[in-house]
Parts: sequence; structure tokens; C-alpha cells
Amino acid sequence: MTMLPATTEKKLGLVIDLDTCVGCQACATSCKEWNAQGYSAPLEDEDPRGKDPHGPWLNRIHGYEVLDDARDDSRIVHFPRSCLHCETPACVTVCPTGASYKRSEDGIVLVNPDTCIGCKLCSWACPYGAREYDVKEGVMRKCTLCVDRIYNENLVEEDRVPACVRACPTSARHYGDLGDPTSAVSILVKERGGFDLLPEMGYKPTNKYLPPRKRRDQPEEGREALPKSDGSLMDRLFALADSLLSGQAGAR
Amino acid sequence: MNPAYSVIFFTTASGSGYGLLALLGLIGALTGAPLPPLFALVAIMFALALITAGLLSSTFHLGHPERAWRALSQWRTSWLSREGVAAILTYPPALLFGLVVSGLYDLPQAIAPLGLITALMAMITVFTTGKIYATLTTIRAWNQPLTVPVYLIFALATGASLALALLALFDYRVGVLSPFAMIALLLAALMKVFYWRSIDRAPRDRTMASATGLGDGVRQWETPHTTKNFVQREMGFVVARRHAEKLRRIVLALLIIAALAALTADAMPVFAPLVPLTSLLAAWAERWLFFAEGEHVVTLFYGNPRA
Repeated sequence: MTMLPATTEKKLGLVIDLDTCVGCQACATSCKEWNAQGYSAPLEDEDPRGKDPHGPWLNRIHGYEVLDDARDDSRIVHFPRSCLHCETPACVTVCPTGASYKRSEDGIVLVNPDTCIGCKLCSWACPYGAREYDVKEGVMRKCTLCVDRIYNENLVEEDRVPACVRACPTSARHYGDLGDPTSAVSILVKERGGFDLLPEMGYKPTNKYLPPRKRRDQPEEGREALPKSDGSLMDRLFALADSLLSGQAGAR
Repeated sequence: MNPAYSVIFFTTASGSGYGLLALLGLIGALTGAPLPPLFALVAIMFALALITAGLLSSTFHLGHPERAWRALSQWRTSWLSREGVAAILTYPPALLFGLVVSGLYDLPQAIAPLGLITALMAMITVFTTGKIYATLTTIRAWNQPLTVPVYLIFALATGASLALALLALFDYRVGVLSPFAMIALLLAALMKVFYWRSIDRAPRDRTMASATGLGDGVRQWETPHTTKNFVQREMGFVVARRHAEKLRRIVLALLIIAALAALTADAMPVFAPLVPLTSLLAAWAERWLFFAEGEHVVTLFYGNPRA
């Protein structure tokens, strides 16, 4: 059923901290591992040990370089990208079969692998590249928010979170109800200034991203200047030794 | 966007078939008189064959063609589903129209209403096809007002080209269809020029900064995988600017040749087959370009600074 629910009881989703993510790929591999064996069909790769291995992964970790405003320093930001479980997902409404749907109880966007015809139109409609085609199964695959873990009473309590969240060694991934303003994830988003990806496109993603913090050696007013010589005898002695050793005068 | 040949074949073949069907329906609606039986049957069956071949080819790119019937269920939200429904709903009036307009079933008073319904349904189906593309906000070159009119005019122009060649084949006078086809072909060329101008001028104001939230200083450092994934294969294809320019000129040249051949169809019927040949080639090249020039917003995550 591709009509979107007017509201959902919960807005389950992820909050991803771009400050603490180290790009280790643990979330991507644990996602692949979990989803290759549980809900829906196996998540197989084509030509996995050959020259052109490729296949559906539901979580991809990009690396970006971000230059600072003065363009004289940069940092690397690791950027996990998966389904954002939008409030108004275009991938659902374009689906001709009703295989794509958004759950009214928790807002999770899912694909029914038994009714998907593999037309790929949903992947065209998604601005975030969240949906990948599974050639072996002939259906679309996407993040399920580990719907088969989070409600799974066969698992111990601490495992009832998405596999990516469970695997993250730096706690850069947080899972919870973003529709509840008192939830830990909502408070985190509020405190850290969590933001939406491509907000102008109007799909209202549930998942939020936390911006990288300012670097400690880069205070608001700009980088600290190197200490100047105070003219003392000791300071001049060091300057002399420095210039002799480095073979150039006035190295300081 | 990756130009998938099955979709290009589907939209151009079905498009010309629906155009031909719409014209035959329109002729029936305006005259209310039966057409020569053999011509009417051949023309209607040819139109339906093109439509059916196109529809079948569109199922080739599905992962599960055997489930294609499910695509008829979500017409409330999905233009692709509406297209499927409209395509199926076109068959009964078209077949009934074929029966009465050929005189196989003698009911002349039904020719005009059935012709009108057939023409309307054919055009509605092409309209829904155009809407599938025009409503995708992720592809700026598609999500704009001229997309649907271009689909409609190409269907009519290629359909008129086919009608003209069929008339010449049966040694009938082409008559008023000749200037009609010429105008439709020239209008297709003109609308395509306006379309290209509008996509060239559209601001590419979706940025990597907005996609990543990391500010203007962001650039790609490392892709997430070592070989191209589905998203890049499907959505990452963009034709080189100079190739696009060349293809645009080819499309326009073919349409103008088709228009000139259409105008001389009565005087020189030997050139009549040239009309559908050139106009369908133009439609192919145009449709290939339509895909190849469609820049998807997801490319922003893969190093494209603007989309």
C-alpha cells in the first residue's frame, strides 16, 4: 500500500555523529552480515571474488574532505549513508505494486520482497541513493532499520538495536524514537544541532546527522599563532642552536 | 541516468503506436464513417502490435516480469501504475473501434464515440508515461513542465508518420494528414529546442554542501566501494556535453527531413516510408538523450559538486 500514513505513532530512526565516526566500516560489514541471513532474501554479491565484485549493500561509508572557511586547513569526515526513513518518502508513492510501504506504527520504510517486481523506479525517486537493486533476487533492497532485530524477543535486550548501531566501536550511531522529544536521540539532535540531508527537497528524513565539532586547535577566532621569542638569553640560545642544526639562519 | 534500451524501445514504440491509434480514432470521431476495411484493420492491428511490443519490452527490465500484474494496483499514488491501468483500458475501446471502423461489425453510429474514446485513452496513456518522468524531483532535467508535452507531441508526430506511410502503402491519397504530420514533426522539433534551452538554463542549485551538510568546502575524498555500485551504474551515467550537442543536432535534422518528406508525400509517395523511418530514429535519439542528460541528485554524494 503506497499511500503514506498521515502520521506514525513512532519515528524510529538513526542519529549519526559525524564527529566521532572513524570510517572503520564496521557498521557496513555488520549490516551486510546481518541482512545476508535474516529478513528478506540473502544479500548476495555478484562476482564476489572476481574482477568486478558488486552487489547490494544497505549502508555505504563515504569519505569527504572539508576545507575550512579560510581554505588553509582541511579535515576528513567519514559519512555513513543509508535509508533515512523519510516522513514523506517518494520511493514509496512511486511504487506501482505496493511492495514499498511506510509502517504507520513506527515509520520504518520497507520493501516486501514477495511483491516487488524489480522495476527500480523507487531507486530513481530516492535522492539519497538508499535503494539498491539485487540482481540475484530481482528485487530492490534497502535498510530495514533491522526490523527483525529491534522487536526480536529472542535476542537479549542490548541486541535489540540495528546491527550497525550495535557494531559501532565509537558510538557514532544512535537509534531511537525521533518523534518523541524526550527521547535520548531527540535530545542529542537538539543539543548538537542535528541536521537533515537535502532538506530543500522536502522528503523530511527521520535520520539526523550531527555535525563535526570544531577542532580544538582551531578556536572560533582562527588558529593560534606560534609563540614569539621573548628575547631572553635562553630563548636566543635555543634559536642559535636551532639555526645551526637546521643549517639556516633565523629558523624561528 | 543510464539509458536502458528496453525502456527507450518501449517509450518510442508504444508512443508511436498510441499516436497512430489516437489519429485513427480522431479520424473516426470527426468523420463518423468507416475506413476501407483492409486499411483500417492493418492500421489498427499495427498500432496495437507496436503498443504491445513496447509494453512487453518494458517488462524485460523487471526483476520479476511474472509479477508485472501487481503493477496495476497502486494507481492512487503511482504514475507507473496509472500507466499500466491506462494501457490496459485502451485495448477494449481500440479493438471495438477496429471492428466498427473496418465495417467488420456494421454499427456506423458507434464509430464516432468509440473513435473518440480510443483517441482519448491513447493520449491519456502517453500522458501517464510522461508523468512518471516529470514527477521525479530527483532529476532536474525531467522534473519540468515540457517533459509531458514532449512525450505527447513525439507520440503524435511519430504516429502521424506511420499513418502517412500506411496510406501511401495502400495507394491512398494522404491529403490533410500530410500538413498535419509536417506540423506535428516541426512542433516536436520546436518543443525539443525549448526543452533543451530550459534544461541548459535551469539553475543547478542542489549542492554537495546541502547533500552532506558539511559546508561549501566539502569535496569527495574517498568513495565507499572499489567498484561501481548499482546507484552509480544506474544513476551516475551522464553524457559528455559535446556528444549531447551532436545528438541534439541529429534529432533536429532528422525531424526536419521527416517534416519535408511528409509535406511531399502526395506528390512523391516513394518518399513516404522515409517519414516514419526518420521520425522514429529521431525519437530514439531524443529518448536516449533524455535519459543521458538526466542528472540525478544522488551524484552529489559521489563527487558531483552541483546537480
